[in-house]
Amino acid sequence: MAMKIGEKPFFDRVDDALDDTFMRQSMANAQDGLRGKKIAATEGDEAIGDWENWRSAGEEIRRHTLENLDYYLEQLSENVAKRGGNVFFAETAEEANDYIQQVVKAKNAKNATKAKSMVTEEIGLNEALSEVGCQVHETDLAEYILQAEEDDRPSHIVVPSLHKNKSQIRDTLTEKAGYTGTDQPEELTAFARSQLRDVFMNADIGITGCNFGVAESGSVSLVTNEGNANMVTSYPETQISVMGMERLVPTWEDLDVMVNLLSRSAVGQKITTYVTNVTPDVGPESVDGPKDFHLVIVDGGRSKALGTEFQSALHCIRCAACVNVCPVYRHIGGHAYGSIYQGPIGAVLSPILGGYEEYGELPYASSLCAACTEACPVKIPLHEQLIRHREIYVEENYAEKSEKAAMTAFGIGASTPSLFKIATKGAPTFAKPFVHDGSISNGPGPMKLWTKIREFPAPGNENFRKWFQEHKKGDSRNA
Amino acid sequence: MHKGTIHNRDKFLGNIADKLGRERKTNVSRPDWEHQPQWAVYQDHTRDELCALFHKNSEEKGTHVLETTMDQLEQTIVYVMETYGGAPMVATDDERFKAFGLNAVMATNDVHIWDAGSGSASIEQAKQANIGFLFSDASLAESGTITQFNGRNIARSVSLLPTTYAAIVPKSTIVPRMTQATATIHKHVDDGEDISPYINFITGPSNSADIEMNMVVGVHGPVKAVHIVVLDA
Repeated sequence: MAMKIGEKPFFDRVDDALDDTFMRQSMANAQDGLRGKKIAATEGDEAIGDWENWRSAGEEIRRHTLENLDYYLEQLSENVAKRGGNVFFAETAEEANDYIQQVVKAKNAKNATKAKSMVTEEIGLNEALSEVGCQVHETDLAEYILQAEEDDRPSHIVVPSLHKNKSQIRDTLTEKAGYTGTDQPEELTAFARSQLRDVFMNADIGITGCNFGVAESGSVSLVTNEGNANMVTSYPETQISVMGMERLVPTWEDLDVMVNLLSRSAVGQKITTYVTNVTPDVGPESVDGPKDFHLVIVDGGRSKALGTEFQSALHCIRCAACVNVCPVYRHIGGHAYGSIYQGPIGAVLSPILGGYEEYGELPYASSLCAACTEACPVKIPLHEQLIRHREIYVEENYAEKSEKAAMTAFGIGASTPSLFKIATKGAPTFAKPFVHDGSISNGPGPMKLWTKIREFPAPGNENFRKWFQEHKKGDSRNA
Repeated sequence: MHKGTIHNRDKFLGNIADKLGRERKTNVSRPDWEHQPQWAVYQDHTRDELCALFHKNSEEKGTHVLETTMDQLEQTIVYVMETYGGAPMVATDDERFKAFGLNAVMATNDVHIWDAGSGSASIEQAKQANIGFLFSDASLAESGTITQFNGRNIARSVSLLPTTYAAIVPKSTIVPRMTQATATIHKHVDDGEDISPYINFITGPSNSADIEMNMVVGVHGPVKAVHIVVLDA
């Protein structure tokens, strides 16, 4: 399944989402809740001083790390190996999966437990391990629910099961796992705890992602709340951690800053319940820790962003703060993006990792209001990158003919003063046949997609140039 | 300890350097960061104020906090045992239990002391336990967080598997925030010392808000948490 979600074209997925009232309501509730908590824990928390200063600190660390990525990855791998861990650098998802399959086969492993990890979703690791006879048990509560549902995929980077309500969850667990209780979250959670206890203790392999690698010591840091990552990294004999190649910091001091930014931006907590830092110490003497450790570092298309205007997209720490303020995500939810990475960061990252052919329309899932850029704790200029993606999409001939024609016409019009004047002056007249009650509900050409979803205001009779000229004159009517 | 393997590194890192438009770097100095807001947080707080903050923030996360003196510590431990279900119980194999005068109360109440030599038998004891007793190595006032530098004897299972974890928090271990704890670890690394294979920052009982954003306490880790602050400083 990997990175892609669903087979339908983008706008069909959007239509499906707009018809799903529960999903839209839960997205709105979740956004409001998460955004409120984030504000209280960031700008609203006087104790930490100026939040902007923290954002600048985060940006500074991420920028330096990415600019020197080869150096810090070498240091990380050297330190992991020094402590007996094994490191595999995978340029593609296939290389990563092949290596992990080899490890699993060599151990004749049949069961693996996994903590929530977007990069393992991205490479399709569960399917790859299933091919070699190893069943992967998802242990994060949300991922456990999605796995029980079969074929369901994450709709949010931090809360993957956001699109499911408690009754649906109860029904799924009743049908698939023999649950007999009510739809109370406490009861559902207690059931998952009881079901997974023995699974944790008996797994051959423990799989995690990596929130941050720490280069100076060869450590893998995991930022969680449920305790499942601790179980996964303690009882299986073999631990395999998979990290996106950009997810590291130079030192423990830098880890402190990044964990603070992540905890507060993602869930509005001063710190998550667990910040678990694994530095391999493998060997037969290990009692409640792995005897064998593998770190798989994945490129998976990330290097295509290096040295380009998209390099800072790799600064992302997967907090989903941009997702939680996006007005488009609020209406279409996560699955409409067709990628495991949703919202503004998903619309920036997915075309980089998966290409424009598959994900080139995602940058259009944005109103370009820049709320995402303002929310980002490491100051990624997301809305600017969305615009740049759109430009490339059109330049490289991926766009539909109508949009290309509109863009070309706009380009000519905007660069020719006389044509621009005619167009802006003439807009109210040209639009007249489509206007009903002051708005356009079934627009022509490039307006069609917009007006499918919402109404477009009819062009005013007074255009900006005219208003500006009069305002400049100091006309009292415009004061 | 044998050295682990590293596969495909040169090609992979060579590609990164190419994309960055330069040769591979073999030496980089981490700059003095222009922005370091972390050091200013609770900078002027006295130890008493940090202790009060630790107390308040622990309670905010649903942790039961008890403050006690060295003289009263044994009694407080007995109170915790009675309140949180008593035996079976487990504790880390930590010399501080002796230093804080707790060996007798542990023995009298049949607390299983983690025995790394017994392997999975100790894990089983921790799994069955109502309470796991441990010491905090660094305690973060900002968030009510305890820290464990786990190892073979200071076992992670003791804070993870029992229904309740009960951490003994010497007041002298309380620092403003994670900044001070990670600075210490960074210094150990810088000095060429081995660091703990499992450094665990723990803030109260495990929890999840994955079902309709409702907060549920007690998922895969402990359901309850107790911080016993010992006024040793």
